[in-house]
Parts: sequence; structure tokens; C-alpha cells
Amino acid sequence: MFDQLSGRLRGVLDALQGRGRLTEENIGDTLRQVRMALLEADVALPVVKTFIDGVRARVVGQEIEKSLTPGQALVRTIHEELVALMGEGSRSINLRAQPPVVILLAGLQGAGKTTTAGKLAKWLKEKERKKVLLASTDVYRPAAILQLERLAGQIEVGFYPSDPSKSPVTLAHEALDEARRSLYDVLIVDTAGRLHVDSDMMQEVRDISAAVNPLETLFIVDSMAGQDAVNAARAFGEALTLTGVILTKADGDARGGAALSVRQVTGKPILFIGTGEKSAALEVFQAERVAGRILGMGDVLSLVEDVTRQVDREQAERLAAKLKKGKDFDLNDLHDQLGQVEKMGGLAALVDKLPTKLLGKAGTVPKPDDKEIKRQLAIIRSMTPQERRHPKVIDGSRRRRIALGSGLQVADVNRLLKNFLQMQKMMKSMTKGGGMARMMRAMAGKLPPGLGG
Amino acid sequence: MFGLKSKKDPENSGDGAQPGFFNRLRQKLKQSTSWLTHDLANLLPGGKINAAVLEELETRLITADVGVETTERILSGLRKQVERRELGDLDALLRALRSSLLDILKPCARPLNVRAGPRPFAILVVGVNGAGKTTTIGKLAHRFKAEGLKIMLAAGDTFRAAAVEQLAVWGERNQVPVIMQAAGTDPAAVIFDGMQSSRARDMDVLLADTAGRLHTQLNLMEELKKVKRVMGRVDPSAPHEVLLVLDAGQGQNALQQAKLFNEALGVSGIVLTKLDGTAKGGIVLAIADRLRLPIRFVGIGEGAEDFAVFDAEAFIDDLLATGKQAA
Repeated sequence: MFDQLSGRLRGVLDALQGRGRLTEENIGDTLRQVRMALLEADVALPVVKTFIDGVRARVVGQEIEKSLTPGQALVRTIHEELVALMGEGSRSINLRAQPPVVILLAGLQGAGKTTTAGKLAKWLKEKERKKVLLASTDVYRPAAILQLERLAGQIEVGFYPSDPSKSPVTLAHEALDEARRSLYDVLIVDTAGRLHVDSDMMQEVRDISAAVNPLETLFIVDSMAGQDAVNAARAFGEALTLTGVILTKADGDARGGAALSVRQVTGKPILFIGTGEKSAALEVFQAERVAGRILGMGDVLSLVEDVTRQVDREQAERLAAKLKKGKDFDLNDLHDQLGQVEKMGGLAALVDKLPTKLLGKAGTVPKPDDKEIKRQLAIIRSMTPQERRHPKVIDGSRRRRIALGSGLQVADVNRLLKNFLQMQKMMKSMTKGGGMARMMRAMAGKLPPGLGG
Repeated sequence: MFGLKSKKDPENSGDGAQPGFFNRLRQKLKQSTSWLTHDLANLLPGGKINAAVLEELETRLITADVGVETTERILSGLRKQVERRELGDLDALLRALRSSLLDILKPCARPLNVRAGPRPFAILVVGVNGAGKTTTIGKLAHRFKAEGLKIMLAAGDTFRAAAVEQLAVWGERNQVPVIMQAAGTDPAAVIFDGMQSSRARDMDVLLADTAGRLHTQLNLMEELKKVKRVMGRVDPSAPHEVLLVLDAGQGQNALQQAKLFNEALGVSGIVLTKLDGTAKGGIVLAIADRLRLPIRFVGIGEGAEDFAVFDAEAFIDDLLATGKQAA
């Protein structure tokens, strides 16, 4: 499913490449594809609609950075928007109150409340050095209280032995008394799973909340949840004063769109994600990661990131201006280009990140050799400034010196110079033949193969 | 033994007394002969089909977790019919929609017949964490027992804290024997034990529980394959049913679950749980369409009797009824 989605989004990018800039029409198509991608990730339909409208409003008329294709720019905007939404109000768990601080967990059946209660207790004990008491108010599910007791034993935190013949509200009161009496820092109250349409049970959890007055009321949601997550989240949000969300079972291959839905509907930050079977498998939520996964295009995004962060755009523009003035592409320019490729993690890393369509073209290219780039840089660095500006002065004796200086053979120096001359010729013909944009585009496509040979 | 309460008054939860989810639904639907028309009436001045109607149908399918791909395919078929003027009015459109959904689901509505199989009929119950496997086993035990069958349970979830005890409670409620060993035991050993005991004690059905696992956890999927192999050592035809439990609240990932569990074990039946909420479980359409796995039962509540044989027509009627999701 992941591959399928990535493929679809690559298609989106390819379709946009070379169109110059974003218009109402071409983003219309693209946004429809993004809408489908988000729906496939299980983001709730109303949330998708609101989100897409927001993005549309933002991108129309937006200036696109020259170093990005329109498709990349759009994807980046979408990603930024997603990260902003997911990460808004991002914070760590609140423990700033007079102990015992009460944390209440609520959610649907099978969301993973009890397992999360154990994980959270372990986290608070180990990372925050808190003395934690676990208490269950689940008198319905067979052996639910026992499950929590076992977990408390495994992670060595306190456990309040709830009597299942008492009411959940009474049990919550008792657990709080015990937490006060025995000077616990934190009391985690687990509740029975309940359907949001079960009004008796929703009233019950409200009563439990009133009994313990929690500082944190966390909604536990399965990252594999579908469209209905939004209804559940809304109902729980109306019944309780939710303060945060924990996303469970995030170690599978679900895209986790429910996280966005729940985030939007409750307006509360996601504090943690559960990432595995073990008690230690609880991680602090990172908006970047979850947003990237919902969108399902980490490869494209990291390329965009690399390009914008590391390519010196001024340098590229300087080169373009120089060539336009009719000056020759010299070895200094080649050095800069090679240096950029190296900064981005080498050719192999770059090729890995390119969309499929570009990859198809790159398929004819000999396998990129990053050592080769290093060697070529070494050769150029062994030249004098004059040699770099005017490669024609490099005679046999200079070649020998350069070879010695770079620790390579004269043949390597010869090969570099030969390649360079070809490239220089190519640059010249392109400056004559067409505009700046065409030249830059051709450079982007042709530079690595030319160098690799 | 654990002194547990039931949320429902046991007096009123006898098999005959409760109309059952689908029956309740049918009664509700009968109140208006053309419930969908009624539902969509405000969209349709004059009963003509327009873009808004099709969009509304798309919304309903998507919010029911049917998925973009399946939804698009169903709707493009309808659009073609509309273009060819085969569908004169809304009623015709809805009938066409309903029948295209039925075409997908009807072949998968194949009930499980344990009496037809060998004895003891061994059922291996699998699924992701929190899908409702143990509860489903409790309900199945209740149902089979009511049919006069001799049932045994095997507590193969030796991983999750107190899972064995949870199954033991269901065994006690239904008064059926439970084969269990200490937590942390190899699940294959426990289920092997269950296979032998059920044979020795002349049982009709063995229900084997397993720990919840994400379908992407390869080592845990291997563990299940081993369980299956070991069952086959006692009876080469076992397990006679590999039952995948799916939570109706799950989204598109449920298709992936079905695919991978099927690849690993050869799933022979699906139980769709937690259909008593507002989740519609529409992803089974995609599962039915692509994997053609039989859908056996639906879970519709917490009580032992809140369980029904899957009924494609009632399922579709519920799926298309107005979602509570507000725009």
C-alpha cells in the first residue's frame, strides 16, 4: 500500500514538472490526487476537505523557489501545512501540579488503553523519575484489572487493587485516596473501552473524571482507525475535557491518517505514539514523522529538503549569469558543482531520492561512483587558480604535478580534463541555443552523467 | 471467579428476547419503504439524478471506509449507467448502487458450518491487537454451545498480560473447558495440547485463541505459521477454519491486514467486530472484492449474544444509511 501511494504521488509530481508555475487548473488535478492520498491514509473526509481548501488558498499565487519544480513546491507546502497542523500546540506531558497528578485514559474498545497505561507508567518512572500508581476502573472486560496488575508488576510501579464488585467511580475515588496516602507523584487511571454512542458509559467516564479531577485526560486512538475515528474523538471530546491524544499501534504499516482527524476534531496535541509490543515502546510524538507518513512521500520530501537546504542557489545563479555573459564554464565552476553533489550525500543518495520518471532517464547513466567525485575534486584542488580559470595552460608538466598533488595518475587528470572540455562545449551550445531556464534544466539532468564518465 | 459485571441486564439479553442488530435495523428500515430516497430527498428536487446526488453517495461510501479505489470504481459504473440513461430516477440509481455492492459482498456471505466439517472442528482465531479475538471466541462458544455442540477453548495468547485469564472467564461463563498453560509458554504447545485434549474428550469444536499481532511483525507471523503446522500434526486437515477478526473501526489498513494474514495462513473466514457503533466497516467491500474471503459473522455488542451471521443485504443497508459524520 505504501508503494502504491508513493507511486501515485510521484505521478502527481511528474505531471506537474515543467509546467512553469502553479495555476488554478493544474493544482486542481493535483489536489484531487492529494485528496485521494489523504483519504487512503484514513484521514476523515471532512478533515480532508478543510485541509485541501486551506492548501488551495495558500498555494495559488505563491511564488515558487527557482530551485524547485512546481510539483516539489506544492508538496512541500502541503507537508508544511500538515506538520503545522499536527504539531500545533505540541508539548510534553504536564506534571506541573501538586502531586498526585492524575492522568485519565479513555477511548474505544481495543484502542490500547491498558497497554498504554503500562507504557506511560514506565516512561514516567524512568524518564521523569516519578513514583507512579496504576489503577483500573474497568470492571466489565474479563481480567482487565488483572492485566493492569501484571503490567504494573512487570514494570515495577504501584498498583491499586480495584475490587470489581464496586462501581468504577468509587474505584477512582479510592485509587486517588491511595495515591494521596502513599505519596505517589502520578496516578494513572485506566478506564473500560466504550463506544461513543453508549450514553450510559459516556456518562460513567464523565463521573470518573469528576471524581479524580485529572490534570491530563488523554484520548487513546488506534493508528489503524478509519473514518469513524472523527466521530469517536468528537464524542469523547464533548463528554470529557480532553487535554491530549496518544496514538497506538504505530509500528505497523498503517498511514495513520486518523491522527490528523483526531488532532483536528479535538484540537488537542498528540503527546505520544505507541510503537511496539514491549512496555518501553512509547515515543514522544514528532509531528514531522507522522505527517510525512500520512502523506507517504518521505523520499520526495527529503530531496526537497536537501535541495533547498544545501544547494547554494546564489552560486547557481552566479554561474548562470556568467555563462549568459558569454564567459566560459571553467574548472572553478565544475568544482562548485561537484562540491554540491558531494554535500547532498553523493550521487547514489541523490539518485535514490529522484522521482521514478527522472530515474528512468538516469537508468542509462553509469552507476554513480562517489569516490570518483572525491577524486575529481582532489584533482581540481591541486590546480593553481590560474589553471582553474584557464584550463588551456595545463601542459604535460603541469599534469604530472597535479597528478602528484592529488595522489592520482596522469591518466586520471587527462580524463577529467577531457570530460571538462566536452562539458564546456555543451554549455556553450546551450547558452547559444536557448534561454536560461532550458540551460539550467539541461545542466541538472546532464551534469552528473557527464562527470561520472 | 473474577466477579465481573455485565453492562447489560442479563434478564433481558436472552437469545429470543433481543431482536438482534440486523433485525432492529430491518425494523427501522421498514418504517419508510424507500428510506434512502427519504434520506436524500432534500438533495433531489423532482427525483432527478445530478452531480450533488452522486457526490453524496461518494461521501457515504468513503466515510463508511469503503476506500477511494473501490468507491471510484462503483461510482464510475453508476455514472456510465446514468449517461446511458439507464437510470431514470433516484430510486433506480440507488437500486443500481445497492446491487453493485451486493454483487461484491453476496458471494462472500458464506456462513460457517462446523457440523459439515471433521470433528473436532478446529478453529484458529487470529488478528491484530485489540480487534476483539478473545471476545469473539467467547461469543462463538456461546453460540455453538446453544446449538448443542461440545466446545473447548485453547488459550494461545500467552503473551499479553492476563489474556489467558480473560479467556478463562469466557470459558467459565459458557461452562466450557479451557486448555491453558502458564504465560510465556509457546502458543503452539498450548494449542497442540488443545488439539489433543479436544480429540480425547470427544469435542465438536476447538476454538484456539492467539495473541494479537500486527501483520507486519514477521517473527510473530512466523509464530502463527508454526501454530498452524503444529495443529496439522494432530489432524492433517486442521485448522479447519482460520478466522481473521477485523475491527469495523479500522480503516484502509484492514485490507493489508487481511492480505498478509491470508498470505501467511490462508484465512478461510472473517469476523467483523464492533459494528454496534457508528463505524460501518466498509473496508470489507475491498477485502471481498480483492481477496474473496468468506465473511462469517459480525460482532454487535459486548454481550455473548451480540453476534450474528453476516448478512450482506442488511450490512449494505446500514452502510449506506446516513453517517453521523458532520461536514
